[in-house]
Amino acid sequence: MSVAAYRNRAHPLWIAYLVHRLSGLFLALFLPFHFWVLALAASDPGRLDGFLAFTEYGIVKVAEFGLVFGLAVHMFGGLRLLALEWLPWSAPQKTLAAGAAALSFGIAGTFLIQAV
Amino acid sequence: MAVDTLKVTIDRGADAGARSTFDVPAYGNQTVLDVVSWVQQNADPTLSYRFACRVGMCGSCAMMVNGVPRWTCRTHISKVVEDGAVAIGPLRNLPVIKDLAVDMDPFFDKWVAAEGVHHGTATRDDPIAPVDEGSAARVEANAGIECINCSVCYAACDTVAGNPDYLGPAPLLRAWTLLNDAKDEGRRAILEAVSGKGGCHNCHSMGSCTAYCPNELDPMSAIAGLKRETARAALPWGRR
Repeated sequence: MSVAAYRNRAHPLWIAYLVHRLSGLFLALFLPFHFWVLALAASDPGRLDGFLAFTEYGIVKVAEFGLVFGLAVHMFGGLRLLALEWLPWSAPQKTLAAGAAALSFGIAGTFLIQAV
Repeated sequence: MAVDTLKVTIDRGADAGARSTFDVPAYGNQTVLDVVSWVQQNADPTLSYRFACRVGMCGSCAMMVNGVPRWTCRTHISKVVEDGAVAIGPLRNLPVIKDLAVDMDPFFDKWVAAEGVHHGTATRDDPIAPVDEGSAARVEANAGIECINCSVCYAACDTVAGNPDYLGPAPLLRAWTLLNDAKDEGRRAILEAVSGKGGCHNCHSMGSCTAYCPNELDPMSAIAGLKRETARAALPWGRR
């Protein structure tokens, strides 16, 4: 298919759908690995400490940022979808609600960073 | 317009891949349909396409223009041309008969399958049922009744592309307007039809229907309404 065949998807709602799907897929692939590493605390604590030592590397910190971003973007994508499908709101109401939620999380996130 | 000649590529035949390119003279206030008509009248009389009213009422001239479904009679070529070129193809998600003409039958069959038909109970001897224009249900119905059956939403929908059984945006929008119509008595039949295998719950809310509807209707929100109503009807206390 040519590039033009994908042109009809270049709008915010479709991109939001794509981001939600890809982040969900990424998290689904990551979670088994996450649980396996956590399980090492019980089965092989020495090996777990070895894994935790990796978190000092810059590249791992960037990967952690990607993970938190993936989680956040998937959560908000899911909340967006729930609001879109289950709340019979008008378009301006949705914009206001999204703005209020973004502002709240911005303030709360800044507070958390300050606290840490 | 900056260019004197437009390079127009048009899909040909009934199979994907065959194309013809034409040089079409450009002029002011030229629509995509004007361009297609110029080709058919001056360059290649064997070109097949469909149109009727030319004023955005009949819904017969929709085509893919540079990969996007559009009503061609109301789309100025200056809005879509890129570097003096434009690519025109038949609507997506429908069988191509020839060139730019598609078979609309699957689309209209789904209107009927979604119970997009009037379910009346009154006869001509009954008084005309009063309609409260201000009621919430009527406002919902009014928001969706200006559909011209052009199939732009159906061609834009990736869920239709992936699932041929899916009823699609326009048929579900009509089901939603009828569900909210005080004169329609088909509530049970509509909810039954739109909650089945190809029904409203297939929709992934990608929103291409709403993004490209030439009449600026909102099928995605109408389908969300059907999802809520079918969910409510499935609850023991939600039936009415």
